[in-house]
Amino acid sequence: MANAYRALAAALAASLTLAPAAHAQKRYGPGASDTEIKFGQTMPYSGPASAYGTIGKAEAAYFRMINDQGGVNGRKLNLISLDDGYSPPRTVEQIRKLVEDEQVLFAFQTLGTPSNTAIQKYMNARKVPHLFVATGATKWGDPQHNPWTMGWQPTYQHESQIYAKYVLKNRPNAKIAVLYQNDDYGKDYLKGFKDGLGSQASKLIVAEASYEVTDPTVDSQIVALKASGAGVLFNITTPKFAAQAIRKVHDIGWRPLHFLNNVSSSVASVLQPAGLDKSVGLISVAYFKDPTDPAWKDDKAVQDYFAFMKKYYPEGNAADGLNAYGYAVAQTLVQALKQCGDDLTRENIMRQAASIKDLDVPMLLPGIRINTSPTDFYPIEQVQLMRFDGKTWVLFGDIVSR
Amino acid sequence: MARQARWWQWLGLLAALALLCALPFALSNYRTFQFTLALVYAIVLLGLNILTGYNGQISLGHGAFYAIGAYTAAILMDKFGVPYWATVPLAGAVCLVFGFLFGLPALRLHGHYLALATFALAVAMPQILKYKGIEEWTGGVQGIVILKPDPPAGVALNQDQWLYLLTLAVAVVMFVLAWNLIHSRVGRAWMALRDHPIAAEAMGINSALYKASAFGISALYTGVAGALGAIVVQFVAPDSFTGVLSINFLIGLVIGGLASISGAVWGALFIQFVPNIADHISKAAPWAIYGIFMIAFAYAMPTGVAGFLRLAWSRTARRTAGARAQA
Amino acid sequence: MEALLHQVLSGLATGGIYASLALALVMIYRSTNHINFAQGEMAMFSTYLAWTLIDAGVSWWLVFLMTVGASFVAGMAIERLLIRPVEHAPLLTVVIVFIGLLVIFNSVAGWIYSYTIKSFPSPFPAEPVFGGLMSAHELGAIGVTLVVLLLLYLFFQFTPLGLAMRAVAQNPASSRLAGIRVGWMLALGWGLAAAIGAVAGMMVAPVIYLDPNMMSGVLLYAFAAALMGGIDSPGGAVAGGFIVGVVENVMGAFVIGTELKLTVALLVIIGVLLVRPSGLFGKVFVTRV
Repeated sequence: MANAYRALAAALAASLTLAPAAHAQKRYGPGASDTEIKFGQTMPYSGPASAYGTIGKAEAAYFRMINDQGGVNGRKLNLISLDDGYSPPRTVEQIRKLVEDEQVLFAFQTLGTPSNTAIQKYMNARKVPHLFVATGATKWGDPQHNPWTMGWQPTYQHESQIYAKYVLKNRPNAKIAVLYQNDDYGKDYLKGFKDGLGSQASKLIVAEASYEVTDPTVDSQIVALKASGAGVLFNITTPKFAAQAIRKVHDIGWRPLHFLNNVSSSVASVLQPAGLDKSVGLISVAYFKDPTDPAWKDDKAVQDYFAFMKKYYPEGNAADGLNAYGYAVAQTLVQALKQCGDDLTRENIMRQAASIKDLDVPMLLPGIRINTSPTDFYPIEQVQLMRFDGKTWVLFGDIVSR
Repeated sequence: MARQARWWQWLGLLAALALLCALPFALSNYRTFQFTLALVYAIVLLGLNILTGYNGQISLGHGAFYAIGAYTAAILMDKFGVPYWATVPLAGAVCLVFGFLFGLPALRLHGHYLALATFALAVAMPQILKYKGIEEWTGGVQGIVILKPDPPAGVALNQDQWLYLLTLAVAVVMFVLAWNLIHSRVGRAWMALRDHPIAAEAMGINSALYKASAFGISALYTGVAGALGAIVVQFVAPDSFTGVLSINFLIGLVIGGLASISGAVWGALFIQFVPNIADHISKAAPWAIYGIFMIAFAYAMPTGVAGFLRLAWSRTARRTAGARAQA
Repeated sequence: MEALLHQVLSGLATGGIYASLALALVMIYRSTNHINFAQGEMAMFSTYLAWTLIDAGVSWWLVFLMTVGASFVAGMAIERLLIRPVEHAPLLTVVIVFIGLLVIFNSVAGWIYSYTIKSFPSPFPAEPVFGGLMSAHELGAIGVTLVVLLLLYLFFQFTPLGLAMRAVAQNPASSRLAGIRVGWMLALGWGLAAAIGAVAGMMVAPVIYLDPNMMSGVLLYAFAAALMGGIDSPGGAVAGGFIVGVVENVMGAFVIGTELKLTVALLVIIGVLLVRPSGLFGKVFVTRV
């Protein structure tokens, strides 16, 4: 017995002495070297989702700023961002180019649920980190089956479950209407909402209307939803349609309890075009600061953001919440890369991404932290409810965790 | 002179075929994958050429048949465990039926009206694929993920090389079939219906049957290509088959050259590789560059690359014949 | 019953959007015998130019006049410079040039103005009418569309220039023999179509918000409306637009649900075409052997 203990102690001592030596060694995977870290992404710079392309541009600009400040551990960040036009076959082609041709170290913020579904198997088979995918679909936090894929933002289902709980608590007998975009994003939100309502879902939801991104307006859907007599509206729309919907709801004299999905909660990009006075009473959630919200006027993180946009991405619209989103994710990546030190292998990147503890990214709301672990691939799981008062979003309630 | 030309032609074709077979061993897996997609598009454009080039019926909706072929293959593989190689002819058969059925009412429409009807089909396809009622089969908005097939046991190729050679084999078969069809009575009937429909009918050609079967066969080609495309990309989703796909096919058809079998190859190379080149040239507005390429090709080669080459060839042939006659 | 009326009114408003762009398509078809697929993107680009001027502080109606004028000139220039080289090329080659233009305008607009939506102000008062189902703007936009329709009708039916343009579209060779400057008629047609497109864009943008992809969805419906109404009939195109708008809304709300709304709307349009292959109000051309 004592022999075993001694052996164990010896082994432990040996590993402790060896470990620092291993850390001091530089280890590189493809795309990493003494001078640079090369990584890739696909973004819809063209096609129906081209509005999201600005996220890629904001992130590229952020990495340019980091490079100007000396890079990460002395290495320049080299982001190769390719256009996939939101078409899954093109995403497959571009990712293969990035991994096989350009030999990138990892993929970062590839955007779109179908696009990411198309490449998930490939990335995991090739053991290439598929980090911080730019979609809120729930299926990205599955380390058991896809240990190389990780999301970043709070999932759509998490968010809509919060709305469902709010309704159950505050308007338990309400009639609910839902407007949703007829694709993976819309349906994911809808599923979460129905799950949140539980057995009451079929009783409480009296009307559902969908629209396609190719539809010019959603006016007809809003008119039909009002005709259902619902007193609660869950608005699952992307910015352009959200603005149309908010304005139409107000114009036809409907005043429901109106939940707006976080994707379209930007004051400058959605509420202003819709009409600030028409947006009073909207409820949504937030996990990062809307830079155009007067509430954050004097916040240092937001001021830094505006300075960054002015200097590094002046042609971008600083008021666009998508740019703030890109800025926040980019900040997260930089932190994760710093944690890797000199061990820039794909395995270590994944390991470090899966061991972030209480990371405070300045753009996130106060109190919200990034946490991951080998069994928890959902970096941000906290959001806070907020209500629009005509001028700004006012946070209320506590931070809600998943 | 004609016999010599034929001998040259055969040699050229064999050389091209040998080059194509050697491709996957000379290029990286990623490039092989790209060329496999180009071959898939060549089969589509061949089908589209049969309908629009040789039979004169404009279709802006072949993306829909491509989608049907792709989903047929995916559903057969995913839900019924059919081996991947068997899904290809099955997808073709399904599309043959759909194409013929679509071709029947399309008989009443011409020109712009037919273009609209086919485009409507293409635009409606994603919505149909997302429909709740058939969600169980199609996977709805999530689509279907397909496993990449392995080469048969004992064959020393990797997956990409195997898929490339398989696609090449199918493409060669489809091209030979098309060549035979075009040069047979059927092809001549199609062309007669395109050029002089009233005279053709007066001569006893069953316009309805031939036009609808042109649609059907064209759809068959596109369905076969769709199945191959699904296997190569390993994923089908409604967003993969929007109206833009059909427009791309039209672009490939015209740039490659109407009423030309080799045109399908040129067109496929254009729509597969020029967007990548455009991406290289301009990060800010890559599609503007693609548009400029399209317009430039339309100006320089109004009858397509194949038409341009034919013209150039006949000019040099005339010159050498003239020189030989003088000598 | 009330719900039906609401959907019909909403449909008329949306239909007005389709009708306005459909008029531009009819214009280009009547004068050149081609359907310009880039019409929607050109209209969108004109609207962005208008937005730039409004942003700089110019008053709305002045901007309107300037944009319509500039679009007219630009349309003529495009025809003379870009379409003339393929004048004698096969039909589909010309279509490729149109698609190229479409893609270029869309991409350049996105590059210059980014893809965030922009508000476009309306010249009409802000109060909703009909109990909020239509805004004063939507009603005004329909009015503007009808005025343009009337002007087009008068132009083609009663002016020598309109007659000359129709002649050129139907038979360029004979027209040339009759002394008509074919090239300039085509250019004029393009200029007018671009101008009508600009009007459509400025009427539509306040409703659906301005972004580079604003017209992509509208173009298909406008195309369908124009063809269903008869591609050579401006009145038909406008009627077609309203019919498509109303049918689409009513189908979506009462018959089939929103999940298949687009599909059913398109099926209806195709159904109409099958019954009347030249459109509801279009001329049927009889080919004699």
